Amino acid sequence: MTSATTDAPLARLGRLMVDNPLLPLVVLLFALIGVLALLNPAILSMFWASNTLKIAIPLAMLAACQTLTMLTGGIDLSAGTAATVAAYVTATATPLIGAPGAIGIAMTCALAIGMVNGVGVAFARVHPLIMTLGTGLIATGCLLVYQRSVISTGTEYPALLVWLGTGRTLGLPNGLALFIPFAILILWAQRRSGFGRLLYAIGSNEAAARLSGVRVWQVHLALYSLSGVIAGLTGLLYLGMVKTASLSLALPLDLPSVAAAVIGGTSIFGGRGGYGGTILGALILTVLATMLTLLQMPEGGRRILYGAIILAVTALYIRLTDRG
Amino acid sequence: MMRLIGGNGWTIGLAVLLALLLVATKAIQPDFGPSGLDNLARSALPFALATVGMAIVVIAGGIDLSVAAMMAVASVTAAVLMDGASDGQAVFAVLAVLLLGLGMGALNGALIVVTRVPDIVVTLAMLFVWQGVALLILNAPGGGAAPWLRALAVGGVTLPGVPPAFTEWLPRGVVFLAVVVAAVWLPIRRSKLGLRFYAIGSDPQAAFRSGVSVGPTRIAAYAVCGLFAALGGLSVTMATGIGEPIPGPYLLASVAAVVLGGVVLGGGRGGILGPILAVFVLRTVRMDLTLLSVDPNVAAIVEGTIMVAVVMFGAVLATRGRRG
Repeated sequence: MTSATTDAPLARLGRLMVDNPLLPLVVLLFALIGVLALLNPAILSMFWASNTLKIAIPLAMLAACQTLTMLTGGIDLSAGTAATVAAYVTATATPLIGAPGAIGIAMTCALAIGMVNGVGVAFARVHPLIMTLGTGLIATGCLLVYQRSVISTGTEYPALLVWLGTGRTLGLPNGLALFIPFAILILWAQRRSGFGRLLYAIGSNEAAARLSGVRVWQVHLALYSLSGVIAGLTGLLYLGMVKTASLSLALPLDLPSVAAAVIGGTSIFGGRGGYGGTILGALILTVLATMLTLLQMPEGGRRILYGAIILAVTALYIRLTDRG
Repeated sequence: MMRLIGGNGWTIGLAVLLALLLVATKAIQPDFGPSGLDNLARSALPFALATVGMAIVVIAGGIDLSVAAMMAVASVTAAVLMDGASDGQAVFAVLAVLLLGLGMGALNGALIVVTRVPDIVVTLAMLFVWQGVALLILNAPGGGAAPWLRALAVGGVTLPGVPPAFTEWLPRGVVFLAVVVAAVWLPIRRSKLGLRFYAIGSDPQAAFRSGVSVGPTRIAAYAVCGLFAALGGLSVTMATGIGEPIPGPYLLASVAAVVLGGVVLGGGRGGILGPILAVFVLRTVRMDLTLLSVDPNVAAIVEGTIMVAVVMFGAVLATRGRRG
């Protein structure tokens, strides 16, 4: 990727990407749509665009967990599990105690997963990757035990979630009603709020942030709890979209959510990036997935591709930005 | 405290703990005997081999998150190559799988050295890639294993000329593990290469200035890890007779066993015996929970919690060690 280009354009490209990180992503997105139009001209329609948006929304929301944690140099690999837990609990508890109670319990579970992550990262200083992987495993175990106790109660999907997940208004998916305020909030919070700036500060230089009086453990604890809550919300939306309660519901989103944040220009080492790029990254991945389906690429090939994208983009960013 | 943990006291303590746990097992289940030990050894074998690979990389100052995925690739490759093959062909299949493991590990290491992306990110991306490769080779569990290979790890040891009563308590799995580790790790440990692993693990800068070529040494450490992952994958196929494309829970378990075994995350200190003992300690705890007729899913939660607690404890110790 990098070896073909010579040094000077590379440096210029690097400056361009640092100054204006979203521009290459928009170009890439439209290039992909162009290739898709060449492959199958009949596919491009208003309905297709609206469907792509609908599929991209849960991915973009789950990728918010990765973006925010990656700003501090972390990652949240339990996000997919937290989303699954929230969705499964909602679906199975609704027939018993009604939708509001079920959603309340589900969000509490998601928050608990996030808080355990936060405690591990903030106090024991475990690497977030290992910590979130571990809580993900434990949560999956708890879900299996829970599943046995509710096996007879059937499932029910709250009407609001189904409306959000599958409905359309004026040709646009209703999920946007949740996603647009959510995205505006995150975009505002990451740059304008004190909490958002602390994330960048810790990610750029944790020691410096600590010396300037930031209580790093508080930020970590709040961050991972927030990440759990966002993952829980994603799970609820996703449940309304697919309308099946399974134990591996949102797990297929786990890996693409990391890829979406990385493609969106958020540095996995912290301190650089933002949610705007992540939204574009999620759209790019969704269009890419359509293309792979058209080309009948098997699941294995997709995983290889996602892994390769993460590695290539990270390596490219290091080449472009670490020049003395 | 740190000196005690760094020294042999820790390993001896683990051995005592394992002996106590086995005595407790005998107390829980009075007819626990050779077949129980055989089961324990068979279930511990893939964990132990993954842990040895992980321990070597951690000693060399890295971490390999793709270890479970590489095991899956090795397992399915072995099962596909050996399906319907004669005994002679199976030997070549085993050799091919071991070479494949070396190659996969070397590729991981080379990518880390060439791209200058941190090991944790590279091996995370490669985790996805190897998962995809395993799925491409075999979409669902299947394939076969040569009978002589299965006989290597299943059952008690029988020696010609010695009454079986003397040897049957010693599981073949343990002998297999001891032979493999002795054949691969001891020569490395005694050679310059082993010394270099410890050197780059404790201080890459100092190692570089004393004439160690850090890059190739790092690649070698990952290659050896890949070799052990391939052995671990083979042992999965040996124990079950089929190839399993979905990676087992070996990643977190191996990190936990490495930490519990007294290898400091961050590198340069620890041995191989401690982690192997730690694997058997963790497996015996799991077996005891099963014997106490705890719900297997609850047992999985308990096991996951123990592993996360161990990793958290290890991280606290590592932080203390850096400060001290």
